[in-house]
Parts: sequence; structure tokens; C-alpha cells
Amino acid sequence: MKEVLRFENVCMHYHSKQGETVALENVNFFVNEGEFVAIIGPSGCGKTTLLSLAAGLLTPTKGRVLTAGGSFGYMLQKDELFPWRTIEKNIFLPLEIKRTNTSETRARALALAEKYGLGQFLKNYPSSLSGGMRQRAALIRTLSVNPDVLLLDEPFSALDYQTRLSVCDDVYKIIREEKKTALLITHDISEAISVADRIFVLSRRPARVVSEHDILFPEAEPLKRRENKEFSRWFEILWKELNT
Amino acid sequence: MKKEMNYSPQHLAYLQGVKKKTAWVNAARFAILLLLLTLWELSARFEWINPFITSSPSRMLACIGDLYKNGTLFYHVGTTLWETLAGFFLAVGLGYGIALLLWWSETFRRISEPYFVVLNALPKIALGPLIIIWFGTGSKAIVFMTILIGLIVAILNMLGGFMETDENKILLLKSMGASKLQILTKLVIPSSLPNFISMLKINVGMAWIGSIMGEYIVSKAGIGYLIVYGGQVFKLDLVMSAVFILCILAAVMYAAVALLERLVIKNRK
Repeated sequence: MKEVLRFENVCMHYHSKQGETVALENVNFFVNEGEFVAIIGPSGCGKTTLLSLAAGLLTPTKGRVLTAGGSFGYMLQKDELFPWRTIEKNIFLPLEIKRTNTSETRARALALAEKYGLGQFLKNYPSSLSGGMRQRAALIRTLSVNPDVLLLDEPFSALDYQTRLSVCDDVYKIIREEKKTALLITHDISEAISVADRIFVLSRRPARVVSEHDILFPEAEPLKRRENKEFSRWFEILWKELNT
Repeated sequence: MKKEMNYSPQHLAYLQGVKKKTAWVNAARFAILLLLLTLWELSARFEWINPFITSSPSRMLACIGDLYKNGTLFYHVGTTLWETLAGFFLAVGLGYGIALLLWWSETFRRISEPYFVVLNALPKIALGPLIIIWFGTGSKAIVFMTILIGLIVAILNMLGGFMETDENKILLLKSMGASKLQILTKLVIPSSLPNFISMLKINVGMAWIGSIMGEYIVSKAGIGYLIVYGGQVFKLDLVMSAVFILCILAAVMYAAVALLERLVIKNRK
């Protein structure tokens, strides 16, 4: 299997007037093509730092971040749709930024939006959409430039519980159907179990990888996984690892 | 409006109530104005107060009529309006540009900070004599005074708006590979539009302060000139009339900005 991302002994230090903070210490993990990998860690353990490193927005203090050269798409906690743009214009935003805003790429993005049920909202402003629909629009925006790897930074944590379960299911299905590689970072154990093929557990700051688990379920969809009794077994294991 | 057909009687009653309340508020506003004007007029007419120093609505009307007849009304109004608008647009434009530069460069921002703090605190009228010597006694000096008063406020307000830009949205754009210029044009400028509008509102007031104050210090024409002149020759009718005209002009300019706000700011939350 082809590797699309690998962290090799990555250390990250932050400097401020108050002193030096070690966010990451010797972090090692990898993501294979087509995989859904989740990284879980306690709050404030440097998860966002990790994704910024993967996306190339930060350079590690020590160690190496290796990528297969593919492009990354970032999805944040909140949808961050621009309220002054219609859904359609929001979806075109990455095309404008990458200067690939042609009729072909626009048609491709619109086809995605249409396929995943945003067709009727294209001319609407984000304020008129529900939280779930907005997050879906954010995903389509990320997918509009056809990235190879999706980086998901707790993309459901701003939603209420009900919406969260269905949006998680939704996003999972879209990512699978579009055959994307995904790296999810979250503090929510059950979310990680419900979507991931493989889970890495991070320690408290300075964060290190404490363990790696292959998660296997007979049925892949998040909501069905949650019903399986394996689910609670995994939850217990991961919960213990997170709290030691 | 077709929707109204489906509303329940309770909701229709509620809407009716809201409408009534608004009508009542408007009526009360108008009534208070009318009452004050009548009271003023009557007290002057029956000499409960001395109309020589308080003037009266009818005397003001007569005074404005005289100004109109001898052809100077629009000359004075035009002079002040021109000075105010020129000062307003220059202060707003320059302020916006300088705020952009300050947003762009953190170093520039840090270096210039104390200068802005001092200039902001300085009462600009203290520079009056300098302005007369530098720019003479014409409209140029007054426009300069207006810019001086509005500029720092414009810069600080706009910079505040630019700096408030959501960090997560910046991160999002960076993750798409956006350049600083793209972050500016796609995010910082559109997201600071409400700040721009509120800056315009503040600067409407600043521009009038600037132009009238400028005319107090040095002028041969304008509404501020009429007020000072009227005061000096004890023509309080003239002073009151000029203030009245000023009220109307300022209100119209503010309303124009409010209209702009309604047109520009839609769908924001």
C-alpha cells in the first residue's frame, strides 16, 4: 500500500516571551492511501499543531514530515463558511485561491454539490442553512479542488449531539464514496472509533504517540458501528489509554 | 406578503400590534417636535422669553428666507457642504489605506503605535494657528482641519476591524495555499465591511466637527462662518437658523450612510 503521509520523530516547539512550549515530542505515525486514520488525544495536546504540520503550514523543529506529494484539504471545527458569499461562491473559494477557477472545475464542484444534496441551496447564504447542511457545504468546499488527503480537525465538535451523529455518518459516506484518504484528529473517542480504520493515541502535552490500533468492524458505517458491541470494548480500551 | 394569508388570527393580531406601536412612536416623536416649536414660538410671541436672545421658529424662517432672497443661502451651505464632503472622503480614503498598510506589516504597526496614540489624544484645534499659516484662510485650511480630525479615528477604527478577522478563517485560507494579498482581498476586506460602515458613521460626525470648527477659526463663508458672525453682531436669529440648517444637513448625511449600510450588509450573522 502506498503511503501518503508519514511523521518521522517530529518535534514541535513554540516560542513566546513567557518561554518555550514543547507541543510535540517524537511523534511517529503514517497514513496509507485510501485509509481513514484517526488520532485521538486529550484536549490541548497539540492536535491542531499536528494537522498544521501535515498540511505544511508549519515546519517541525526536529524530525520530518513526509508526504507523497499529493494535495491536502483542511476541514475545521466550525464550517467557516463566509457569510457574505452564497453556498456556491463558498464552494468556489478554493478554486479562486488556487487560481483554477475555470468552467470545468466549477462544473465539477457543482456536480459534487448536486450529488450530495446541496443543489437547492447553491444560491442561498450560509445563515439560512442548518448546522448539518453548513458542515456538508464545508466538506464540498474542501473537496472542490479534489485534494488527495483530507485533514479533519474535530469537524463535528461544534454541532449538537443529534446533528453530530448524522453529519459524521454523512461525511464518512462522502469521503468513502469519493475514495479519499482522511486523517481525523479529535478528543472524542467514540467519534474516532465510529469512522477510523486505524487509531493512534496521543499522550498529554508534550504529545507522543502511545499506541496504535487497527479497528475492524463488519459494517463500516459510523451509525452501525455504534450499535456493535465491539464498539464499547474499543471505547474502554482507548479511554484507559487516554487517561493514563 | 402572500404568506400573510396563512397566518393565524393571533399572529395577525400580533403584527397589527407591532405596526400600531411603531406608528405610535413616530407620532410621539413628531408631536414632541411640534410641541417644542409651538411652545418656543408662543413664548417668544408673548415675550415670556426675550426673542432677541432666543430667537423663534418664525424669526428663523424669516432669516432663512432672507438668506435665500439675497442669494447667499446656497453659497454658504455649498461652501460648508463641499468642505465637509471633501474632508470626509479624504479622511476615510486615506484612513482606510493607512489602516491596510498597518494591517499588512506588524513591524510598521508596532513602530507607529505611540505616534497614533499621541495624535489621537491631541486636540486637533490646537493646530489651528499652524493650519492658517500653512494653508491660508480659504477652504483648503478647513478641509485640512476636517481631514486631521477624521483621519486618526478612521485609521484606528479600520485597523481594529482588520485585526478582528477570524483566525480560523485565515487558517482555512492558508491551508488552501492563499497568499497574504488573497487573504486580504477574499477575507479581511469583506469581513470588515461592518466596521467600515460604522467608521463611516463616526466620520460623518467628525467631518462636521472638522468643517464647522475650521470655519470658526478661519473663514469667509460657510455655516460655521454664519454662526460666528451672527454671534459677533448679536444676530441670534442667524445663529439659530444656521444651527438648524446644520442639523438637517448632518441628518441627511447620516441617513445616506445608513441607507448604504442597508444596501451593503445583507445575510450577515
